[in-house]
Amino acid sequence: MSALDTGHQTGPLQRASSLAPSQGLAGRAARNTVATVVVVLAFVIAVIPLVWIILTVLQKGAALLPDASWWLNSQRGITPRIAGGGAYHAIIGTILQALATAVIAVPIGIFAAILLVEYSAGRLARVVSFTVDILSGLPSIVAALFIYAFWITTLGFSRSGFAVSLALVLLMIPVVVRSTEEMLKLVPNELREASFALGVPKWKTIVRIVLPTAFSGIVTGVLLGLARIMGETAPLLILVGYSQSINTNLFSGNMAALPLMINNDRQQALEPAVERVWAAALTLVLLVLVLNIAGRLIARFSSVKK
Amino acid sequence: MAKRIDVKDLNVYYGNFKAVEDVSMTVEPRSVTAFIGPSGCGKSTFLRTLNRMHEVIPGGRVEGSVMLDEEDLYSAKVDPVSVRRTVGMVFQRPNPFPTMSIFDNVAAGLRLNGVKNRKVVTETVEKSLRGANLWNEVKDRLDKPGAGLSGGQQQRLCIARAIAVQPEVMLMDEPCSALDPISTLAIEDLIVSLKDEFTIVIVTHNMQQAARVSDRTAFFNLAATGKPGRLIEIDDTATIFSNPVQKATEDYISGRFG
Repeated sequence: MSALDTGHQTGPLQRASSLAPSQGLAGRAARNTVATVVVVLAFVIAVIPLVWIILTVLQKGAALLPDASWWLNSQRGITPRIAGGGAYHAIIGTILQALATAVIAVPIGIFAAILLVEYSAGRLARVVSFTVDILSGLPSIVAALFIYAFWITTLGFSRSGFAVSLALVLLMIPVVVRSTEEMLKLVPNELREASFALGVPKWKTIVRIVLPTAFSGIVTGVLLGLARIMGETAPLLILVGYSQSINTNLFSGNMAALPLMINNDRQQALEPAVERVWAAALTLVLLVLVLNIAGRLIARFSSVKK
Repeated sequence: MAKRIDVKDLNVYYGNFKAVEDVSMTVEPRSVTAFIGPSGCGKSTFLRTLNRMHEVIPGGRVEGSVMLDEEDLYSAKVDPVSVRRTVGMVFQRPNPFPTMSIFDNVAAGLRLNGVKNRKVVTETVEKSLRGANLWNEVKDRLDKPGAGLSGGQQQRLCIARAIAVQPEVMLMDEPCSALDPISTLAIEDLIVSLKDEFTIVIVTHNMQQAARVSDRTAFFNLAATGKPGRLIEIDDTATIFSNPVQKATEDYISGRFG
């Protein structure tokens, strides 16, 4: 510092001196290395189980999938002792239940999000927001028990695929509300104002300007919500019986789904059944993967034009 | 078709906060009126009361009257939506609809208000783009996204979109503040040519711009932060810039502002 005191009191010189190596530099470099190692390690630890799961499922489940009968046949007449049959009954069950869930949950979720973002003032919005918060932490088995008590015990309907869908609706609505809400918030207010300034009513602004602008994000959110509910097992165990045959009627009879098929065959300690467990698990993973890819493709082709 | 705006004793509130106090002025048809003044003086807020856009913000309300020729914009039977069809607006930042092509952006006002006739829409789009001096630049790429244009082109696109619904009055809230000088010049030329058809009110921070484009200039000021903004003086632009009555106006335009 003494050299600086001799007359050069200007800022740049002093700043230059602080850039020069000091005794703190080695320590800083060491801390940087430690932090880098910790962060990379955490990443690796987080990824290992994920990769492991996928590899295991692939390795143990891939054997049955290339066979067309896996995709086209049911388990009708097949016992745990014999190989063969397919998962068609479970795939169609999972898809139908997910579709029924989406048909109910998506409109409700999107309308609720529109209320929260576009008409946010007022007590109703706060009540909706609070309810969604609670619902999003709801354990799936509680949703299933609630539907059992409401739909089956109180209203007297029998167990069915639709009862499962009702429980899944409770789980999917908060996902759709929250993701749609985030997407609607991302739509710049200037676009709404531009539309208002053209003499367009508010509802039409929402339908024709805001929702199309947020469309790809909303679709992604819906598909992620679907992916989440497809793997839910508790509602299936409580609200519908497993069937080895194809049943496409959501409203009556036992109905298979992939998690139920996995659970059912898991209870048999016989080689053909165990093979089917892993094949069904892989099928479920693939179904979720396809949904994810579809979501990304829709997002890409319908997104805001650049 | 341009109309006269007559404002009497207007107070503007957001909730309990009085943002603008006691404004009275007349804006002549087929003229350009500029609002100048420091940030926060309420000129934009006041501008937005002229097409009831301030009501979009929760708690926004007014006292007093705004007459468009013989019609009171704030009478109970007037629908704010129809007011905005009559009094169009261009914003500070260009805001074309990102999901729409250039053509669809200009057609948006018509289509969203229920005009379906394709011939009418196509003719109006061309006329509006010509009116906004943008036709020659975009006529070969009308189906391309509006967001792909340059900033200045986007702003002219927004002006085309606004004039496509054939308003009587056009409000412009700092339309050039996000643009470079060349684009600004293009917009200014456009404003001067648009006044043949519309009544134009423009908010600007650029006093040279006010001097270049406007026939009348209104100076707004506020006593202190937290106090409501007031109209200090409105007069012919030449008078305001050469021989203003109020000392505050003179201080502001000569750069001696507090």
